[in-house]
Amino acid sequence: MLWTNIFAGFGGQGVLLIGKLLAQAGLYEGREVSWLPSYGPEMRGGTANCSVVVSDAPIASPCINMANCVIAMNRPSLDKFEQNVLPGGKLFINSSIIDKKATRTDIEVYYVPCNEIADSLNNPKVGNMAMLGAYIEATKAVDSKSVLDALLHSLGEKKAHLIPLNEQAIELGKQAVRDQIK
Amino acid sequence: MAKILMKGSEAIPEAAIQAGCRFFFGYPITPQNDIPEYMSARLPKIGGCFLQAESEVAAINMVYGAAAAGARVMTSSSSPGVSLKQEGISYIAGAELPCVICNMMRGGPGLGSIQPSQGDYFQATKGGGHGDYHLIVLAPSSVQEAVDLMHNAFDLADIYRTPVMLLADGIIGQMMEPVEFHEHEQRKLPDKPWAVTGWKGDRPRSVVNSLYIEVDELQEMNDRLQARYKEIQEKEVMVELYKTEGAEVIICAYGTVARICKAAIALCEEKGVKVGLVRPITLWPFPEKELKEVMAQESVKRELTVEISAGQMHEDVRLALNGMKPADFYGKPGSYTPTAEEIAEYILKTREA
Repeated sequence: MLWTNIFAGFGGQGVLLIGKLLAQAGLYEGREVSWLPSYGPEMRGGTANCSVVVSDAPIASPCINMANCVIAMNRPSLDKFEQNVLPGGKLFINSSIIDKKATRTDIEVYYVPCNEIADSLNNPKVGNMAMLGAYIEATKAVDSKSVLDALLHSLGEKKAHLIPLNEQAIELGKQAVRDQIK
Repeated sequence: MAKILMKGSEAIPEAAIQAGCRFFFGYPITPQNDIPEYMSARLPKIGGCFLQAESEVAAINMVYGAAAAGARVMTSSSSPGVSLKQEGISYIAGAELPCVICNMMRGGPGLGSIQPSQGDYFQATKGGGHGDYHLIVLAPSSVQEAVDLMHNAFDLADIYRTPVMLLADGIIGQMMEPVEFHEHEQRKLPDKPWAVTGWKGDRPRSVVNSLYIEVDELQEMNDRLQARYKEIQEKEVMVELYKTEGAEVIICAYGTVARICKAAIALCEEKGVKVGLVRPITLWPFPEKELKEVMAQESVKRELTVEISAGQMHEDVRLALNGMKPADFYGKPGSYTPTAEEIAEYILKTREA
């Protein structure tokens, strides 16, 4: 399988981190991976995005224009990247702060209330993990166990106590996708 | 050793350290600041020296000094900073000293942009500074290859007593990919009897210099350099040939752009058009012979160079082909990175035309 993904949002929403966790999780599962952040002047204005490829075969290009999946954590990201979803691909929308619906009809769209999920866990920082959970549920690109291993690697043992909270956020994100498929 | 996920501009300095580099002199510039940052954290702990100089000119002359003393030394910068280093690089080439210079190319000319570019091809491969000299120029297209090439870079510099440049772009630096730091086969390295290490009367005095006032002496030095360059051209060419057999179109591209071209090749394949890639890993020496051999196949109708430049490497391609078959160019100067889709579209469109 080949998964090409664009993760986009405000600086601080953790889009670079969930992209990195996906890449690291893919590596743990023996896949080929690449993670490429946008590093132009747009980052300094407050928006951030990264391109992540997870593949069973060697990765031709880490630079993605058209992606299987686009993850939009805020409105400008949706406006910018909706057109970059390949036909038949998947679009994930953080419905907590994006009031707009997708306009494309040739793709699968998932609305994930990331901020509400994070609030329900009393931690505004885990909205990104809810989105990653939704992504995993819809794509099965990697296992959530690998993502949690990647998170532990990223947090370090000292912050290992945060793992259960993040696991809950991932689970609720998955649930949001399951509810929509029903 | 297991693969780890690492950013190019952290993997490159780590590889340099593993290749024995213990001295780093540099001056900050985006997009390569992670390299000096990494070096500043690591080198003091392993008995090396990291120094942030007052300018690029100072940094390259510190490289000159450490190289003259026989050390494995490197500097890194990005396009405008590398321009500032050119005087020093010419001196180092003239003094026949080994060192490694990393250029994470950004858009130009002038201060340009901080996005990836390939606009320094001429500067890197044709000398860059004054006088008749060349650098060995290595162009990685993945983080792993950048790591592997760092070992080559230091060995080649020592063997041929020449500055070696790792020419990459901002994408290679900023991207994370799995890397493996494995044991490298150490090439047989010459001693450095020329190094200035303190004279104790037990050997002839070493003098490092690039000034040859007498015409004959300067000629001798230049002849020595040219003979060395000829040997490098004969022995050190590195190139990747990708799906070239039976291809109709041959793309020539290097670095990150070559990766994008591989994705474009897959898109062309879906449309039933066979496209291959010749990817120079050494930009100098340029893989002239290899390109010509691929182009000589009956199936090959034409060549297409793709670069983030106005067609700098394309000149070397045309020199190599010397009119043998049509050679076309796709790309823009500055910082515009072409997409796989548009490259594929261009190939398919020009095919019908």
